[in-house]
Parts: sequence; C-alpha cells; structure tokens
Amino acid sequence: MIPMEHYLIVSSIMFFVGVYGFITRKNLLAVLISIELILNSVEINFSVFNRYLYPEHMEGMFFSLFGIAISAAETAVAIAIIINVYRLANNIDVRHIDKLKH
Amino acid sequence: MDFSNFLMMHQELGLLAIFLILIVFDIFAGETPVMKWFRPLAVFLLAVHTVAGFFVVEDGTAFGGMYVTNDLTVLMKNILNIGTLVVFLQAGEWLRKEDKGIREGEFYVITAATLFGMYLMISAGNFMLLYIGIETASLPAACLAAYKKHQEKSAEAGAKYILMTAFSSGIMMFGLSYLYGATGTMYFEDMQSLITMTPMTVLGFVFFFAGLAFKISLVPFHMWAPDVYEGSPTPTTAYLSVVSKAAAVFVLMLTLHHVFGGMEKVWYYLMWVITVVTIVVGNLFAIRQNDIKRFFAYSSISQAGYIMLGVLHGSEMGLSATVYFILVYLFSNLAAFGVITSVENRTGRTEIAAYNGLYKTNPKLALVMMLAVFSLAGIPPLGGFFSKFFIFASAAEQGDYILVFIATVNTVISLYYYLRIVKAMFINEPAADMGEVMRTDVYNKASLVLCVAGMLLVGVVSGVYDYIDAIGF
Repeated sequence: MIPMEHYLIVSSIMFFVGVYGFITRKNLLAVLISIELILNSVEINFSVFNRYLYPEHMEGMFFSLFGIAISAAETAVAIAIIINVYRLANNIDVRHIDKLKH
Repeated sequence: MDFSNFLMMHQELGLLAIFLILIVFDIFAGETPVMKWFRPLAVFLLAVHTVAGFFVVEDGTAFGGMYVTNDLTVLMKNILNIGTLVVFLQAGEWLRKEDKGIREGEFYVITAATLFGMYLMISAGNFMLLYIGIETASLPAACLAAYKKHQEKSAEAGAKYILMTAFSSGIMMFGLSYLYGATGTMYFEDMQSLITMTPMTVLGFVFFFAGLAFKISLVPFHMWAPDVYEGSPTPTTAYLSVVSKAAAVFVLMLTLHHVFGGMEKVWYYLMWVITVVTIVVGNLFAIRQNDIKRFFAYSSISQAGYIMLGVLHGSEMGLSATVYFILVYLFSNLAAFGVITSVENRTGRTEIAAYNGLYKTNPKLALVMMLAVFSLAGIPPLGGFFSKFFIFASAAEQGDYILVFIATVNTVISLYYYLRIVKAMFINEPAADMGEVMRTDVYNKASLVLCVAGMLLVGVVSGVYDYIDAIGF
C-alpha cells in the first residue's frame, strides 16, 4: 500500500501551486482553475486522513463529497459573473479590470 | 425518523418560509401590478420574524450535536435580523430606480438566502455545517455585489468578491483538513477535548483563522474590501460591511471559545499583532479617501480592529463587550449608509465633495450623518462611546495596557477623518446644482429613525448591556 505521506506531499504541492496560480495568473478563468486546485487538494487531504487514520467513521469522506458539491456551485456563480464581466468589458484579463482603483 | 429535531430550528424554518413565500410571489406576480405589494410584504414578514426571535428561546442541540441553539446564538441571530431589516428598508428606493431589466424581488430573496447561511454558521456544532453555512452566506452575497448587471464596476466587484471568498474558504478548508487529521473528528465538543499543541494543529488553526480573517477583512487580508465596497450597489455595501462582517466575527468568537480554548498562547500573539495592524492601517488609509464608500470601507476595517480587541482575550467580559459593540456599530454604520443611499439616489454621486453644504439643503439628512460618524468615532452621549468604553475596559481588565493605549491613540486619529465629513456638510458651501431638497421615501425614513433611536438609546439605556451580559457563554 502506498504510504500516507505520499498523498500528503501531492496534496500540499497542489495547494501551493493553486495559491501561486491565484496570485500570478492574469486570466480570470485561470484564477478560477487555481482555486479549484486548492479545493481539490483539500478533498484529497480529507479522504486520505479518513482512510488511513480514522477508518471507523466516514466524516472525512462526507466532507469531501460536500466540498465537491459546493465547489461546483461556486464555479457556477463565478463563471456567471465572469461572463458578465466579459460582456461589459470585452476582456477577462485582470490587468484591464481596474475600474475600481484610484 | 424523529422529526422533533427540526422544531429546534424554528428560526431557520421561519426564515426559510419567508424565503419561499418571497420567491414564489416574485415568480408569479413579477410582471403584474400586484408586485407593488412585494416590498411591504417582505418588510412585514422580516419584521415579524425579527420580533418573534426575541420571545422564543429554547436551549438544545439537534442532529447529534451538529446544530446548537442557546440564548447566545439566538441573540446573535436577532442582531443579524435587525441589520437585515434595515437593509430591506433602505434597498427599495434604489431598486425602483434601477432600469426595468432587473427584477426587483430578487434582491430580497437573495438577501434572505445569505441570512440563512449566516444562521447555519452561528448555530453550527460541527465544522462541516460551519463550512456549508459560510458558503451559503457568501455565494449569494457575490450575486448581490454584481447586482447592477449593466454596470462594469458592479460586475468587477462581484468577480473580485467571488474569487476572494472562494480562495479564503479554500485556505480555511485546508486548515480544517489538518485539524481533522490531528483529532479525527469534526465536532466542536470532541475536538476541544482532543486538541493539543502540536505543529499540525497550530498550522491548521492558523490557516483556519486566515480564512475567517478574509471574511472579517482584517489587515493582511483586507485588500478586497475597498474595491468590493466601492463597486457594489450601496445597499449591498451596507449589508456586507455590517451583517456579513458581524456573522464572521460571531463565528470566530464561538469557535475560539468552543474549540481552540486550549491554544490561547498561539492565538493571543497572532491576533495581538493583527489587531494593532488592522486598527492603524485602516485609520491611515481612511484619511486619504475621496470616495465615501471607499472611506467607509477603510473605516469599517479599523472598526473590525476594535472588535478584535474584545475577541482576543476570550474573556467573559470581552464577549459581552464585542456583541454590544457590534450592535452599536450596526446602527451607526447603517445610519450612515442610509444617508449615502438617499444622496446617491438623487445625485448619482458618491464622492465626499457631493456632501458639501448638505446641512443647508437637507438639514435632517446631515444631522443623521453627523450622529452616525460621531457614534463611530465614539463621542459621549451616543452608543459608540459606551461600546468603545466597554471594549477597552475588557482589554484593560486583562492587563493589556499597551494595546488599549494604541487603540485610544487611533480613536483620536479616527476623529480627524470622521470630522472631514462633518466639515464638508456643515462648513463647506454647497455646489450650485445641490439646491434641491431631497425627499426619501417612507421606508428609508423609517430605517433612519430606527438607526438613530438605536444609536441614542442603546448607549444610554443600560438595560441593553445588562441583557447581553446576562447571557454569556
């Protein structure tokens, strides 16, 4: 069986890649994808902790399921708003979305 | 199955009923003349719900400890109800003015949905329910921020809000996953007894706190707030800066006390630094703002710092002081936003320069605004003075004199920028096109009267503080 640490290394890398992408990406959709990476790394963490450390209950697995459902809802709202931004500004590049700065 | 558990959730069920009534009414009466009854109905239902919340109190837990209700959670929900009621009263005039492509009813429906999420956050006894509540509260809030769908600023504010809120809840969940790995449970009660000071739980706690700090807009995590507050429609700004922030503070307070009580050494120093930075940075940036909504964004950031002053010791007195502070802050900030909404509805402007000579043209609005900023700054006869006094006293009681000193110095600084608005209204000459007298509708007037009464009475009537103090944890 694969040791637990390997899973945790993968999920940590995913998490920090997501954070890095969130900060550096210039396209709103790429920013959204980075957030998905973060959420998925969390779900790996929960499932792995549940499977290896506390197999008698299913709390971690359930959290992962709820997390997947909620992140889908989040993506739906975010994409709706991004489409609206595109309609109004003809652009989804963060460098051009700066109407709110002084 | 035993359905008696659901009776425990009567406040949630009441709100859910309001939500369903409003959404069905909006769908079937949207294009007909019956729609003019929508707003009275929404305000009436929420007002009844708010008043009823004070009478029915029942202690207990439901669903195996997932859902907790007691005097304290009911009090917190009542405070949120009052804030939402005021926002309902203030929003209508702006919604009527918007072009007809926007359905009026949706605003009320979405707001009720976010309030439902905040109820779940406060009543959660399990991190999964807490997470669901936070998401239920913040996803519709993004729709509220992007509500003016033909305006680029509003769309931009919505995009910023949804991305920041998703990012922060991702960070929070990462922290929760480590806490789960260390303790093997998601229930508050079990976790409290199992949590120990290991690097893993400290890491988990710091990530969890960072996620919540985004929602409260504490300083290293505040960058989204001014942009979102400026771009959103004004009633949404009022809602985000008061109700949404209050709910996040309540959750932080409850989790610190119920789960992380044993880790006080970690969170005390962490929050000490964050509190100081929040108060100072919020104040200094507020000085140089020219847009009044941005100005109130920074002012609300520094107010969040004062709120943290009561949270950070986790003491009994700090808790009562914090809840009391939030109640007064709610009335003061919403009074200010009521004035901003009426001025924006008439002139379409939000710069501070638009308030020049407001006293000459609209003395009553200027007076309400003056009371609101004086209450936020903490001038004696108003509620703001007493709330600041109690919160400083709760920190001084723990011997934290340096922190109290820094906060007091910052109160003086804050007086400077709050007085800038008062100067603009009372001393500056009005611009040529500002001659007309603004008339706001009866709902907005009612909301301003409610807020002014709140500011004046909550401080002087000492029974309010005693009532909050008697509840405690």
